[in-house]
Amino acid sequence: MESKDPISIWFFIGISLLVNGVLILGAGIYEFVHPPANPVVLFRLHASVWWGASLFILGVFYCYRYLPRGTTRK
Amino acid sequence: MTPALALAIPSHLVKLAPVDLIIIVFYFALVLAIGVYLKRRANTGEDFFMAGREMTAWIAGLSFISANLGAIELMGWASSAYEYGILATHAYWIAAVPAMLFLGLFMMPFYYISKTHSVPGYLKLRFDESSRALSAICFAFMTVLMSGVNMYAMALVMNIILGWNMSFSIWISAITVAIYVALGGLRSAIFNEVLQFVLIWAGAMLVPILALVEAGGWNNLKLQIIHNTSLQYVHLWRYLGSFNNPEGINWVGVLIGQGIVISFGYWTTDFLEVQRLMAAKDLRAAKMAPIIGAAFKMFVPFFVILPGLAGLAFLPYKLSGASFAVAGSHSYNAVLPLMLVRYCGPGLLGLGITALIAGFMSGMAGNVSAFSTVWTYDIYRALINKKATDKHYVSMGRWCTILGVLVSIGTAYFVMQFLSIMDYVQALFSIFIAPLFGTVILGMFWKRASSAGGFWGLLTGTIAAASMFVWVELNPAAVRYVALSSHASPMAADMYRALWSWIVCVVVTIGVSLFTRPKPIAALSGLVYGETEIPSEGNLAFYHRPVFWAVVVGIVFVALNIIFW
Repeated sequence: MESKDPISIWFFIGISLLVNGVLILGAGIYEFVHPPANPVVLFRLHASVWWGASLFILGVFYCYRYLPRGTTRK
Repeated sequence: MTPALALAIPSHLVKLAPVDLIIIVFYFALVLAIGVYLKRRANTGEDFFMAGREMTAWIAGLSFISANLGAIELMGWASSAYEYGILATHAYWIAAVPAMLFLGLFMMPFYYISKTHSVPGYLKLRFDESSRALSAICFAFMTVLMSGVNMYAMALVMNIILGWNMSFSIWISAITVAIYVALGGLRSAIFNEVLQFVLIWAGAMLVPILALVEAGGWNNLKLQIIHNTSLQYVHLWRYLGSFNNPEGINWVGVLIGQGIVISFGYWTTDFLEVQRLMAAKDLRAAKMAPIIGAAFKMFVPFFVILPGLAGLAFLPYKLSGASFAVAGSHSYNAVLPLMLVRYCGPGLLGLGITALIAGFMSGMAGNVSAFSTVWTYDIYRALINKKATDKHYVSMGRWCTILGVLVSIGTAYFVMQFLSIMDYVQALFSIFIAPLFGTVILGMFWKRASSAGGFWGLLTGTIAAASMFVWVELNPAAVRYVALSSHASPMAADMYRALWSWIVCVVVTIGVSLFTRPKPIAALSGLVYGETEIPSEGNLAFYHRPVFWAVVVGIVFVALNIIFW
């Protein structure tokens, strides 16, 4: 009987980082274009943009590195 | 926003944007997906209860840390940092790192080589059935209580921060944990704990970074804290010569009570933690996992303690010590969310709240999966139904996962009625864990310890701790005898109670053992130091050996304590 190789936990983590990265980066860019009336402390650093981008890049790396390749094992 | 969430969210301390809610909902969907995916790999007892014993050192190590990062860890110690200053860091350094290194280097070989399923299971092999039954029942009781308190703490925090209905928070998180643990067993709990670990770091790391930027560096932050409080709030050891410091504890209580008895008891014998290591794929991974855990543990204060300290420096008002935020103010417990709100806009705020929820759920899942194993193997199979099939025990494990969650929900509502039980749970921990450490450590390292000695030591140690607790509850002045000072804080009383109960356990175990027949030497193989052949690591390069990395972690640990002395 053959079964697919199990999906690595690191792939799930990659998915999580990637999706969260996209959402946070998007929110950060929106705030960059439309600054809020009551900004958070240190708003000028635009933490959402660079933190979101960092999570996104890390997520892409983990998703690619641990992508289930569809190999089978006996 | 889903209709259920929309109903549950009146505005409160924090107002979430749609993107924040999407991040939170995505997190719940992902942990459930992992549980559903892993169900097909949880068909045998070995798979369901021990994750197939195939975890790498990294996965076991991160899960080991994550299971501990529950509600009390995250919110509680951040609030303690606001209340006691940097002294709260002892909970992460002296009260964790030495015990984790000791566990990895000296105790894991016995847990792993004996191939036991649990810590009570080890006591059965080393002593007898009565020691196992006593420790299993105590553990099951304590675990369900802890799980319920975690749930309650989470619901309280969500109520304070987001205005969510307490029952809504309790049921949503409890049902999610019940589903993914009941489906995928320990493997699902471990996988989700690793995911939760990453989310906790990703969501909470930004607050201390921005706090340091705002202050202009650590030295400026310290000056600001000293300006608002006193020098005692920024030194780890310098003011522990007496009880006259923010935490009301001296160096003996910290070093011996917190650093040795409670710490070694928790990290080396609490099955909630040890279970993650027993699931390692080989002995080297089992030894490396707590060392990896210790390395990460040393840096948890960065995103738990530092935000509490930054609260002392930057918040324009004083937080109160009340359990609930009173009108017009917030309690210490709100310091972490307040700092989150200070720096995090939409998106980041959702990730930060997700980090808190992940912490709560990983702690809850850790308790529930450990409860399921101890109930099934050490109570149900040992005392009620000895001859069932493996499939039957897996089914029992799934059902008692759900049962454990339901009982925990009941405990959460019970705690809601009696707020002071939050303090009592910390006390219960010192009552049950400290004597157990005495029994396990003598069992592993003293081959003369007899079965009767093990049982009576554990029983008398537990009774002694419970008696001291009741004594101080009935007569608060008695704390001067238990904790050696009438100024001792409740935390100091916990430390000293743990120390005395451990001493009672050790003395009784030794005394009874000397007058009763020891187990035959042949029966101690694989269980006791000196009678167990530990596989040699001579063929490994030095940088692959656990002892090398333990030394590295130990050096960093000492350096940190000196830097923040």
